[in-house]
Amino acid sequence: MADITFNDIIKPENLTYKKSRLMTDNVMHYCPGCGHSTAHRVLAEVIEEEDLQSRTVGITPVGCSVLMYNYIDVDFQEAAHGRAPALATAVKRLMPDKFVFTYQGDGDLAAIGTAETIHTCNRGENILILFINNGIYGMTGGQMAPTTLEGMKSSTSPYGRDIATMGSPVKMADIVAMLPGTCFVTRHSVNTAGGVRKLKRAIKKAVQYQNEKRGTCFIEVVSNCPSGWKMTPVESNKWMEENMFPFYPLGDIKVPAE
Amino acid sequence: MEKELRLMKGNEAVAEAAIRAGADGYFGYPITPQSEILEYLMEANPQVTTGMVVLQAESEVAAINMVYGGAACGKKVMTSSSSPGISLKQEGITYIAGAELPCLIVNVVRGGPGLGTIQPAQSDYFQATKGGGHGDYHLIVLAPSSVQEMADFVELAFDLAFKYRNPTMILSDGAIGQMMEKVWLKPQKKRSEEILPWATTGKPATRERNIITSLDLDPARQEKFNHKLIAKYREIEENEVRFEEFMTEDAEYLFVAYGTSARICQKALQLARDEGIKAGLLRPITLFPYPKKRLNELADTVKGMLAVEMSAGQMVEDVMLSVNGKTRVSHYGRMGGMIPTPEEVLENMKSFIKG
Ligand SMILES: Cc1ncc(C[n+]2csc(CCOP(=O)(O)OP(=O)(O)O)c2C)c(N)n1
Ligand code: SF4
Ligand SMILES: [Mg+2]
Repeated sequence: MADITFNDIIKPENLTYKKSRLMTDNVMHYCPGCGHSTAHRVLAEVIEEEDLQSRTVGITPVGCSVLMYNYIDVDFQEAAHGRAPALATAVKRLMPDKFVFTYQGDGDLAAIGTAETIHTCNRGENILILFINNGIYGMTGGQMAPTTLEGMKSSTSPYGRDIATMGSPVKMADIVAMLPGTCFVTRHSVNTAGGVRKLKRAIKKAVQYQNEKRGTCFIEVVSNCPSGWKMTPVESNKWMEENMFPFYPLGDIKVPAE
Repeated sequence: MEKELRLMKGNEAVAEAAIRAGADGYFGYPITPQSEILEYLMEANPQVTTGMVVLQAESEVAAINMVYGGAACGKKVMTSSSSPGISLKQEGITYIAGAELPCLIVNVVRGGPGLGTIQPAQSDYFQATKGGGHGDYHLIVLAPSSVQEMADFVELAFDLAFKYRNPTMILSDGAIGQMMEKVWLKPQKKRSEEILPWATTGKPATRERNIITSLDLDPARQEKFNHKLIAKYREIEENEVRFEEFMTEDAEYLFVAYGTSARICQKALQLARDEGIKAGLLRPITLFPYPKKRLNELADTVKGMLAVEMSAGQMVEDVMLSVNGKTRVSHYGRMGGMIPTPEEVLENMKSFIKG
C-alpha cells in the first residue's frame, strides 16, 4: 500500500466523489459531523446537475445555516428568523421562472415562523421548503425546540421535555401535508450514503414539480446536532436513528398524482 | 391610462398611484383606516393589466417580509398598514434598512397606544422618524397633507427609495386616508424590466453571486457599515429636505405642523391674520430629513414657534433641536383620534404669544 501516491489517488479513474462546482472553498463553520453541511452539498449538487444556478434564488434562515450563502454559489437572501417563506413567496410571485427555495431549521420553521410556513404552504406557493429538523436550537446553544422529543434534555428542558408543561413535539411535515397547497411532502436523512441518494432524488423531484407549478414542496431532513445534543458525531447519528426516526419516520408523506 | 382627474379617497389614491407608478408588487393585511388600499388593488386587479402582484398576506409580519423578498430582487414593492400593523412590521423594516433595500411603506396613522382607536392621529412620528425597529437606521419619511399628495408621493417615495437604496415611508393619517378630494392621476408608467446589478435574480456566469443580508458578525466590519449608513443619511439630509412655507416673510409667530395638522394650521393662520396677528406656517413635507436648517433660520426672525400635532408632542422635539434654544418653542396637541379645530389652535397660539 505504501507505494500509492497522492497523484494515484486523484487520477480521474480513481475518483468516486467530486465536490460540486457550486460549493465554494469557504471553510464551513459547522461542527464536525453536523448534518447541515451534507444537506448543503446535496442541494448544491442538484442545482448544478439540473443547471439551475442562473435562475436560483435561495433564502437562508436564522439558525446555524444563516451563513449558508457563504457555501453555495447562487444568489441568496438572508431572512429574519422564521420569515423565509414570506420572502420566498414574493420572490416567486414576482419572478415565476426562478427556482426558489428556503432552507430552515426547526426553531425557525416550526416555532417563530409557524404562521409563515402554514400560510405559504396553504397558498401553494411554487417553492421548495427544505426543513432541517435536528430537534433543537443549534445556533443559540441547544435550547428546546418545538420538535424536541419527549424526555429529551436541552438547556431549557434540563430535566427532559415534559409534555404536560411544554407540549408535544410538532410534526410539521404531517401538518403541512394536510394542506391542499402542498404537492410533495417527504422526510429524509443524510446520515447514510443511501439516505443522501434518496434526498437527492427527492430534491430533483421538487425541482420538477416547481417547474410544473404544482404547489409547495416540503422536504424534511431529520438531522443531528452533535454539539447541542452533547454527543460525538457517531453517538448522535446512533441516537438519531434510535430516537428521532421512530417519531419522525422517513419516507414520503404526500406525493402528487403522476 | 392617461392623465386623469378623479374624486378619490386618500387611500384609493395611493393604490391607483401605485399601479400607475409601475409598482411590481403590493403585500398587505387589512386594518382600519387603510383597508381601502388593499381592497382597491384587489378590485383593480393590476396583475392582468400591468403585471403588478397584489397579495393579501397572513399578517403584517408576513407582508413586510414579502416586501423584503421582493425588494431584494430589485422590484418596486410596497406595503401599507395603520399603527398597530406598522408596529408588527418593524422587524421587517429594520432588516430592509439593514440590507439597504428600496421599498415603500404607507402608514395611515390611527390613535394609540395599543389597539387605541381607528380615528386619525399623528402619534407614530417618533416610530417613523427615529427608527421604530432596532439598530441605527432611518427611513425617508414623507408627510402628505392632501389626497393629491397621497398620490404624488407614491412615485416620489419609490424614486427616493431606489436613489438611496433605503426604505421610504409615507406617514399619513386616518383623516387624509379617508377623505375624498379631487386628484390628478399621472399616466400609466411601464413596469421596469431593468435587472439591478445588486439584485438577487439568479446568478449568471458573468457576475459574482448577490447576497442580500443585514448580518455581519465581525464588529469592525459592522461598524464600518454603520458609518456607511450614517453617511447616506447625511447625504439625504443634504439633498432631500422638502417643506412648504406660508406667510413666513413677515411672521412673528410660526406654526409648525405637518399632514392634517398643517391643513388646520393653514386655516388658523388666516384667522390669526384676520385678527392682526402676524403668524406664519412651516409645513415639513419630509419628516426625515427634517427641515432643521430652515427652522433654525426662521428662529432668528420669529418670536416663537408653536408645533401643532395630533400627539402628546413628538415632532416638537425636532423643532426644539432645530432652533437649539434660539427662540421659544411650545406644543399644542390633541390625541386619541380627536382633531383640533382652527379656532382652538388659534386660541392656543394666542396664549402662547401671551407667554
Ligand atoms: C427574532 C429572533 N429571535 C431569536 C433569535 C435567536 N435565535 C437565533 S437562531 C435561533 C434558533 C435556531 O434554531 P433552529 O431554527 O432549529 O436552527 P438550527 O440552529 O438548529 O439549525 C434563535 C432562537 C433571533 N435571531 N431572532
Ligand atoms: S450547533 Fe448543531 S446544528 Fe449547529 S453547526 Fe453545530 S452541530 Fe450543527
Ligand atoms: Mg434546529
